[in-house]
This record gives sequence, structure tokens and C-alpha cells, in this order.
Amino acid sequence: MVIATPERPAVKPAAPSRFSEASGPMLDARIPGGPLTEKWDLRKFENKLVAPANRRRFKIIVVGTGLAGASAAASLGEQGYDVQAFCIHDSPRRAHSIAAQGGINAAKNYKNDGDSIYRLFYDTIKGGDYRAREGNVYRLAQVSVDILDQCVAQGVPFAREYGGLIDNRSFGGAQVERTFYARGQTGQQLLLGAYQAMMRQVQAGSVTIVPRREMLDLVVVDGHARGIIARNLVTGEIERHTANAVLLCTGGYGTVFYLSTNAVNSNVTGAWRAHKRGAYMANPCYTQIHPTCIPVSGDHQSKLTLMSESLRNNGRIWVPKNKGDRRPPNSIPEAERDYYLERKYPSFGNLVPRDVASRNAKEVCDDGRGAGDSGLSVYLDFRDDITRLGRDVIEARYGNLFEMYNRITGEDPYAQPMRIYPAVHYTMGGLWVDYHLQSSVPGLFVLGEANFSDHGSNRLGASALMQGLADGYFIAPYTVPDYIASTRFSAAPVNHPAFDEAETRVDDQLKHLLGVKGKTTPREFHRRLGHLMWDYVGMARTEAGLQKVLSEIPALREEFWRDVSVPGTNDYMNKSLEYAGRVADYLEFAEVMALDALERAESCGGHFREESQTPEGEALRDDENFAHVAAWEFTGVGTEPVLHREKLDFENVHPSQRSYK
Amino acid sequence: MVAQSRPSLKGSHSAANSMKIRLKVWRQKGPDAEGTLVDYTLNDVSPDMSFLEMLDVLNESLIRSGKDPVHFDSDCREGICGSCGMMINGKAHGPLAGTTTCQLHMRTFQSGDEIVVEPWRAQAFPVVRDLVIDRSAFDRIIVAGGFISVNTGAAPDANAVLVPKQNADMAMDAAACIACGACVAQCKNASAALFVGAKVSHLALLPQGNPERSRRAIRMVQQMDAEGFGSCSNEGECEAVCPKGISISNIARMNREFTKASFGGTH
Repeated sequence: MVIATPERPAVKPAAPSRFSEASGPMLDARIPGGPLTEKWDLRKFENKLVAPANRRRFKIIVVGTGLAGASAAASLGEQGYDVQAFCIHDSPRRAHSIAAQGGINAAKNYKNDGDSIYRLFYDTIKGGDYRAREGNVYRLAQVSVDILDQCVAQGVPFAREYGGLIDNRSFGGAQVERTFYARGQTGQQLLLGAYQAMMRQVQAGSVTIVPRREMLDLVVVDGHARGIIARNLVTGEIERHTANAVLLCTGGYGTVFYLSTNAVNSNVTGAWRAHKRGAYMANPCYTQIHPTCIPVSGDHQSKLTLMSESLRNNGRIWVPKNKGDRRPPNSIPEAERDYYLERKYPSFGNLVPRDVASRNAKEVCDDGRGAGDSGLSVYLDFRDDITRLGRDVIEARYGNLFEMYNRITGEDPYAQPMRIYPAVHYTMGGLWVDYHLQSSVPGLFVLGEANFSDHGSNRLGASALMQGLADGYFIAPYTVPDYIASTRFSAAPVNHPAFDEAETRVDDQLKHLLGVKGKTTPREFHRRLGHLMWDYVGMARTEAGLQKVLSEIPALREEFWRDVSVPGTNDYMNKSLEYAGRVADYLEFAEVMALDALERAESCGGHFREESQTPEGEALRDDENFAHVAAWEFTGVGTEPVLHREKLDFENVHPSQRSYK
Repeated sequence: MVAQSRPSLKGSHSAANSMKIRLKVWRQKGPDAEGTLVDYTLNDVSPDMSFLEMLDVLNESLIRSGKDPVHFDSDCREGICGSCGMMINGKAHGPLAGTTTCQLHMRTFQSGDEIVVEPWRAQAFPVVRDLVIDRSAFDRIIVAGGFISVNTGAAPDANAVLVPKQNADMAMDAAACIACGACVAQCKNASAALFVGAKVSHLALLPQGNPERSRRAIRMVQQMDAEGFGSCSNEGECEAVCPKGISISNIARMNREFTKASFGGTH
């Protein structure tokens, strides 16, 4: 049976769960008591401090230099810690945060339209379909205003009004204008702000950049994270790095689907290898499928390109009313078009949340009414707003996006509607962390998309940039020092047996990959895994499908280790070897992802189980059995993980059935 | 049902419009190894493929036969991260203006074309392997002064300082640089003036960047020289190949900032 911690009521285990018996006590997220609005202030006061003169004696490793990693490295460097920032790229400015187009939310209420910290908190909890922690989300909304101030001071060139004030706009699902943007390149500009702040600390001597390195293991000494094993991607050398704390800022696992909007080097390796050292993996089934991506053109496709969701502000989504209507879009008369989102959701229309928009696109395409040769796309039409506002206005807002679309597809979106289709975009699940962003391994902190914490089962538009920067600028810089100040560190030199063991493990795996000398490329395995995941762990999931994929993943993994082809050696740059290691990790990770989707027999946010839907086909939650975080503990490859639960308490917002009608 | 919602993974191109492409690709094992152009022929290239997807296809066939694939950097594959870049028939990022290599599609070429693919060539960008180069010189130029000194938590309200829209727009134009290095690669002097000018301009155009503008201009220009980049001789090839359309007026602004700072700015 589930054992409840004393101060919390027991939660009833889900009736069909096979994992109740194996469950340990409820996980404690260390959320402070007291009123919602005072929790974070209270905790900041309770936190222990490290005196300025002592800080440089403590080493902090930051893995990944996207928004979360770069902002954390900069902020901890400013405080005076000895920070090493690792990235797989040639430069720390290239992480995939750079691709975010739309914007960043901040509860500034500059538009005087009813926004507030509480409303951003409320929208995020509701948007996440009541599967996020109230305490974390309120804190996120609180620091959102500080993030914007910080970025402006760094010189991020946000869009401005003629009076010189910052402009902002409404963004998918929000009824207030709280999204700030820098053309269609907000992620890039925010990342450059954080990167430049970090580079300033390089000049100051507190941050060292270690580029072209891949973390291949976490080193745990006496139960604490004390370093990493990294591979130098230029020389192949395996390196040992020791530290007092390790911050994983390695992003999400969307590329488990092979095709996604993520960068081609995005991977789960850092997070997965930490998981194998004891960090729990939470809610891995929560993935977000983005409704507005450019459709697939062929089997050569290496990635999918996102068209910013902000396009939905001025574009209308439709498909032909009649099945199999293959006429060019401009020859389909108004009366024969089905603006299905406006029809089904009159109050939100084209701005319904991402999961609702994605599932509806799938539904109309499954119904045979999809657009394009493949029938696997829907129209996003700007005709009406080009007429109403003028081409200039649309061009000023979306010029670069229209250009990008034209470049990829060869079609002109000013003259004919865009074609879009959903694609995997963001992963809300990730390593389990408590309120301090600390994982179940003390000293291992997880920031940004790599953790699971703030978006529940569905992330709102323009909230990823906010969360990455919140974690890095304003949360980790308070909680990591508290950990350092309250921990007695044992010696963990690089010749410690734990480093020996970890290096041997890494080395063995690299040799193994090179030694198989099979016939199938890592990409081919990745593509096959991606197909399985898209078919059975994609937009809609069923018990039968998940059971099936759970039997197919181990078979594919076995085939991988028997037949993978990795040319070359380990003593110089070898991108096939890097890639093969990442695919190997995905072949293990995919299993816990499918298992988590199977265990969560409800629908919520981005996780849609066909067995659990309302009569209107909307996600139907089961709060009685599933108002918890599912955190999985690794027990071995191919062996069943242990399920830990963290109960979610809603003291301020009452969970309700979402309705966007 | 679930399975049918998967995007069709059959190519949308018919055999009729598949292309034959002959490649000459620069292969070089390591920084100190000798390099050479190697010939490859691809018989079934789809016009919908990106240039890098075409190289992926080549690499898949090389790996299947146990040979080392062609190494190149790429990541976002949507033209924003700045990782990719190669000389394609002598032109940085290839024939299309305003386009990174990853966004260049094979429909730009004709069946039967021969395409020569080489890495960026510049003393300050040593070759790491094949088409992969070392651009860390750019990072060191930013370290020298490409930032605004503000600690986390020390910022005033975002609307406390007004920024005229035209300045914000010009700053954004300059800030759009993705540090791919095409400007350096195309320049006969291997000058980094466009890259440095873009950052100097971005920050000098904003009131937040004003206090450090002299110091920044001096330090960044000095570091650019120390890295071994050549001088700017105003040919404008950098602007012509820049995938983000960064204007050479930013070089003029950098020169102005540097000159002003040299004659009496505080640094």
C-alpha cells in the first residue's frame, strides 16, 4: 500500500495500478507552508547563505548552456562561485532555446487588461490541467516580472511602441496581452542576453566555458552528486570533472520521436544517465504536440519546423467540409470551408490551447478532410486579416516566419494559406525535482525543460522561456547556495573510486558501440523508434497500443546492440559515435515513457488516453486516482522501475474540467 | 485511429523529379592532417530535401558500408542557431541570399549539377574535421566586451528607460547575427568586422549599452585583431552572404565608435 507522510492524507491508488505495492512513501517536495503569496519569500529567508569570501572555494558544474544553463552559470558566477559550463556545441550560444520564436510571458499588466501575478499563476495551473504544483507555479509567476526587467537591462531588443515603451501581445490560450517578444526571434535574443551575461563572468574569471563536451555520466560520492564524466567531442578523451554541485540544464527529450521541432542534437543522454544514477524521472509521458508546424515532405526529413503559434492570432484554421476535396485552397468557396476551431470553440476559436488544437487537427485529417497531397495538414489562412489590416501589418508581425515557410515549402503564404500539422515540440516531463529544483540525488539540480516541475501536463505558449530563465536567474541562485551552506562535503577528488567506476562504465559502452560493427545506422534505429513512439505514444494513446509498444521497444533495443554500425574510432571527432550513444539512451528511456503513459489511465493536458474522454472528445481527468506526480526510480535496463508518487494539493485553485467552448 | 495519423513518410517526390547530384567534398581527418576533395555521386536526391538532409543521405550510405561519414556541424536546422555553414561552389551558405545551409533546399539545384563543398577558410577558424571548424575566436571577442554589465537582480523596471522604436528596431536588426561565420569565410581578408560591428551596434544603439560603449568598442576590436582576423576593405561580400541580412552600416558604426573612443572616450 501507499504510505502517506504524516502531514498529508493518503491518496487512493489507481485501481488497476500494478505499482502500488512497490511504491515507497510519498515524495516530499519541500514546499514551504504559509499562504501561497508568501511561500517563496519565506523560503528565501530560511535558506542558508554562503559568505561572499567563501564562495569561490565551491565548484559548480552546469551542464548545458541554453536559457536555464547560461542564466544559472551567469548568476552563480556573479555571486562568486567557481562555475564550469559544459555544452555539446562549438559555442555556448547555440542551444535550442535559440529557436523559440513567439515570446516570453511576464505578469506586468502593462496593457491594463486585467493581468496579475495571480492570473498568470491561475492560467498556468489551469493550462497544465491541474497536474502542476501550486507553490512552484506561483513562484514562477512572481519572478516572471523580474525576468523581463533583467532581460531589458541586458540589452535584449524587445519590440517597442512609438512612445518607447515595450510592446506586447496575446499568445495561444491567454486572454490578456502579457507576452513580450523580439520579432520572431525571442528565444535567440533572450539566449544571447544570458550568454553575454555568462561571457562577462568568463572575463571576470568566475565562469569557465567547456565547449564540445558531452556529459556521459554523473558521479555520485556518498550519496551526493560530486561530478561528471565528459567526453571531449574533438579528441575523444574521457574527462573527469569534480564539483560541489551539478546543475543539469540539458533540455527536453522530444527527439525520442525522431521527428520533432527540437534541434537534431537535442537528446536525453544527460538526464537519462543521471536517472541511472538515482535521479527519478517524473511524468515522462507528458509531451506537447505543437499544432502549427510545417508538414512532413518525405522520408529524408531530419526535423520538423515550427511556425510560431502567434500566427494563430491572425490566421484562421480550416479544412474542406467535404472528404477528399483536393482542390487548391483558393478555389474552395467560403461555404465549403470548415473553420472547425471557431465552430467548436466559439469563445477561444483559433486560440484554444495547443493540445486541443493538435487533437482537432488530427481528428479532421483522420476524417479524410486534411489538406495537401498527403492529406496530413490543415490550412492556416491569413486572407481575412491581410484584407482587414493590410499586408504591411502582417508582414511586420510575421515577415520572417512567412519567409521561412516559403523557403522550406516553396509556397507563398501571402497568396495562399499555409499548411500546418502538429509535431512534437516540448516535453513537460523530466527529472523529478523538489521546490529547490534538487533531484532525488542530493547536489544534483535540474533546471529548465530537463526538469518536470512547472507546466503540469501541458505548457502554455511563451512559458518555456519564462521557466528556463526563472530557474536559472532567480531560483537556483537561491537554492544551490542553501545546499552548499548546509552540506558537509566529503573529499571527492577525481581519483576517487566513484570516478574510476563511472569512467570505466562510459569507456566500456563506447567500446561496445564501436565493436558491434553491424549493418544498420544509428539514424535508422532512431527513425524506427520514432515511428513506434509517434504511433503509440503520440497524440492519442490506448492501453492496447501502449502494451504493444512496450513489447516492441526491448526488441528494437536488442537489435540495436546486435546490428548497429558505428564506423571510426574513439580517439578523434566521431559524430556517429556521439549519435549512437544518444540513440542507445532513447531506446531505454522510451520504455519508461510508454510505461508512464500506460500507468496514467486518465487523460490530462498533453496526455490523451482514448479510454478517458468526455462525450465531446475532450481530455477527461481522474482526480481521484491521478492527482499526483509519477516519479520512476531506475532499477536496471529492461527491469521494471519503482513508482514513487507525489501528491498534488490544490488549496487555491479548484480543479475543474477544462472547457474552451 | 492512432497509426494513420502519422505523417506519410513516403517521399512526396516521384522518381521523375528525383535528381542526380555529383559532389566534391573536402575531407580532412583532423586539424593537422592533409585534406583533399573527394567525389561522391547521389542518384536519388529529392528537390524537397535540404542541403544537409542530402548530406545525411550520403552519410547514411557511407556508414552502412563502414566508412567514416562527412563531418559537419548542424543543430536547429531552421536557420537560427548558427551551427552550420559551408562553402558551396565557392559561396558561403550557397547560392541563395539570406539563407543558411540548413535552409537551402535541393530545388535550388539542377539534376546533374556538380557541387563543391568546402569548410569555412580563415586563419582564425582552424579546421577540426572535414567541414567542422573552430569558431571559438568569436566567443573570445564577446568575452572581451560584448555584453552589458548588469548583475542578476539589479535591473530597474523594464519600462523605466524608454527606447525609441527606431533605435530598438535597428538594434534588433544588428542583434539578429547568428555568429555562423559566413562573413569571415567570404571575405578575402577573412575579416570579422561584420560580426563585431553587429554586436557593437546592437549594444551602442540602446540606452542600456551606453555607459560601456567606448570600452566595449576598443576591447572588442582589439580582440578581433588579436585573433588573427584580417582588416575590412569595404568590399561588402560579408553583407551579400549574411543569412540574416546584417548591414555593413554596422561596420561603419563600429569604426565610428572605435574612433570616438580612441580620441577621448573612457576606457
